[in-house]
Amino acid sequence: MDEPRVDDLTGRPTMGHEFDGIEELNTPMPRWWLWTFYLTIIWGIGYTIAFPAWPMISGATKGLLGYSTRGEVSADIAAHEASNAALVADLNAVDLTEFDPQSDLHRYAVARGASVFRAQCSQCHGSGAAGAVGYPNLLDNDWLWGGSLDEIAYSVRHGIRNETDFDAHYSEMPAFGDILAREEIETLVNFLPSLAHADWDSAGGVLFADNCASCHGARGLGDRSLGAPNLADAIWLYGGDRESLRMTLINARFGVMPAWGQRLTEEDVRAVSTYVHSLGGGE
Amino acid sequence: MDVAKLVALGLITLIAAYASDQGLDAAFRVHGFIVFVVAAGLFIGVLRRFGEPKPAAVISDYNDGPVRAGVIATAFWGIAGLAVGVLIAFQLAFPVLNFEWAQPYGNFGRLRPLHTSAVIFAFGGNALIASSIYIVQRTSRTRLFGGNLVWFVFWGYQLFIVLAATGYLLGATQSKEYAEPEWYVDIWLTVVWVAYLVIFLGTIITRKERHIYVANWFFLAFIVTVAMLHIVNNLTIPVSIWGSKSVQLFSGVQDAMTQWWYGHNAVGFFLTAGFLGMMYYYVPKQANRPVYSYKLSIVHFWALIFLYIWAGPHHLHYTALPDWASTLGMVFSIILWMPSWAGMMNGLMTLNGSWDKIRTDPIIRFLVASLAFYGMSTFEGPMMSIRAVNSLSHYTDWTVGHVHSGALGWNGMIIFAMIYFLTPRLWNRGSMYSTAAMNWHFWLAMIGIVLYAASMWVSGIMEGLMWREVDDQGFLVNSFADTVSAKFPMYVVRGVGGVLYLGGACIMIWNMWKTIRGHAPVTQPVSQMTAPAE
Repeated sequence: MDEPRVDDLTGRPTMGHEFDGIEELNTPMPRWWLWTFYLTIIWGIGYTIAFPAWPMISGATKGLLGYSTRGEVSADIAAHEASNAALVADLNAVDLTEFDPQSDLHRYAVARGASVFRAQCSQCHGSGAAGAVGYPNLLDNDWLWGGSLDEIAYSVRHGIRNETDFDAHYSEMPAFGDILAREEIETLVNFLPSLAHADWDSAGGVLFADNCASCHGARGLGDRSLGAPNLADAIWLYGGDRESLRMTLINARFGVMPAWGQRLTEEDVRAVSTYVHSLGGGE
Repeated sequence: MDVAKLVALGLITLIAAYASDQGLDAAFRVHGFIVFVVAAGLFIGVLRRFGEPKPAAVISDYNDGPVRAGVIATAFWGIAGLAVGVLIAFQLAFPVLNFEWAQPYGNFGRLRPLHTSAVIFAFGGNALIASSIYIVQRTSRTRLFGGNLVWFVFWGYQLFIVLAATGYLLGATQSKEYAEPEWYVDIWLTVVWVAYLVIFLGTIITRKERHIYVANWFFLAFIVTVAMLHIVNNLTIPVSIWGSKSVQLFSGVQDAMTQWWYGHNAVGFFLTAGFLGMMYYYVPKQANRPVYSYKLSIVHFWALIFLYIWAGPHHLHYTALPDWASTLGMVFSIILWMPSWAGMMNGLMTLNGSWDKIRTDPIIRFLVASLAFYGMSTFEGPMMSIRAVNSLSHYTDWTVGHVHSGALGWNGMIIFAMIYFLTPRLWNRGSMYSTAAMNWHFWLAMIGIVLYAASMWVSGIMEGLMWREVDDQGFLVNSFADTVSAKFPMYVVRGVGGVLYLGGACIMIWNMWKTIRGHAPVTQPVSQMTAPAE
């Protein structure tokens, strides 16, 4: 059948083809459709003249507006940096041991530091800074390497037990699995949780005095100069249950933190230290 | 012929046996074993029938056996793909579902490509192959070209799916989205795809109609372009021919651009052009009305084919990709808007005069919903390609919602319509066993899509806004983890949407079972070629 027929319902002629009973109407393209299509093409030509678009032999057309995605973001960053330039200069000049928490500069440092913290620190310490197993809680006043603003800034700048910064905090607990007998380790595992009100003359107390006290102190209160945790409080970085204590004693722990001074700007180091100091446990 | 087959199968069996023992990694050894079992089975099969007279090929009928197999495969892989989708949706809401005992195989990272490949290539691909060979025979009024080659295409394609899926679980991946299978699986797919092109093109060349029907233009464009995309994006050099790992030929931004040229046109030609081919047959056939406009179909076919291929760079806004390429990707995406909508219009306007069927005919309802979602996602897509919009939407769940309103709405609904259209015809039944079950399926699927898309829009726009939120001094307000925890309720809603959609598909399986097993009256076989309507 090659003769077009007129479709009764629409009054349109068919094309005269039929495929498995399917016919096609000879309807013109809807006007609004065609004009919208043309319009998008015209817009497209205009847009490619205004913006970088057409590849040439070397490089591409730059576009009349001089726009670039990198230029746009650089302009944004430059605008913020310009508006913050004076505060940044002040922040880099302030003596951290005498930083007035009531000052505008301090408020600025906390706001800036919070942003740095969310981007760089939250992966380990949590977005609320509450820490996780192996990563200290920064909200309490239990500090491993000191909790004054100056000391926090040192920890941030140089990091802990990393291999990139010669000035990083460093200490290493021995793996007592190679030093003590298993029964002795069990004795200590049983002794440690009750340290705050311990019987220091017990077998555990003697073992503690011989093996642990040199770093953690005679009464287990820790030593910040060595990063040795206070064992008498209820805070356990790697867990205070018997299995975790056993693992800690046998294998020891070796928590590492990067030297952020090598990755962040000076003002960001100062800002994030101020932020952490302001979270509640700062000394 | 049989001798040549035996020699080839014997060689493959030996090489596969060696690979299953000496392969350098687990995936390669398992794949060697799978190929060994398949090739050895075929070898024995050929040997047992050696020298037997071949039954004379029936050439007066349409070849519908592979279509039947394809419909069943579509339904099977559909359930598998949707089920994995539901699982990974809940893994995102409840990470504990990445069970410790199932590691590393049951990890989200390995299941996610399993889901995407299962729904796109297994569910969608089988639907396309089955539909195209059903439609091309009827609209060309001739038997499928190539005899049993179509069975090679069908089973070869299933083998590709099995190799791809097991490879993902065992950790063999190229890490290219929608092109994850490693080099030897890609080579196998290329062989199968060329055979598919041969039978399709052969059928068109031997057609008994004077013209080529519009559905077949779209199918041909889909087959040819997917072959080109697949080959170029998978140009790799194997590290060893006895291992699954390979190294990409392109690197850096060239590799990224090639990948998204491929990725976007996997959407454009696999999930759009091929499915428009399905639409151009099932809609006029089911509505029993002429196609709305032949002119529109010509113009939008060529516009779609020409424009889609340039739109890929919009996946790489604000990356290392040069601005000029990003601009062109965006401009071509927006010009693509009208040609895409023309497909929807040609489908919906074909229903002129039979709109009442939307109340009574569930197949029409599936088709209309499918076209509506097609229209929606082809407006959303160009909008999201605009650089300013993309700076908010990129990397967020909005993209996931967009993809699923297309995949669940447009592709899924038209596949369900296809299954309901073909099942009674292929098994010579008057109709599907239960119309009520089709209605239940429709509404479960619709509610499922709405829950899915709406929750992902909310979640995506929320996380996009949270990521970019800065205070007066330009400092970030939210940490990434804050945005993740804020999305939890939306993730649960999304999972529930997926459960509803999967539930609807399960009802369809039951309905198919009842229909095929013969609980509906037998009718005239459909496979008889009709006399030309002179």
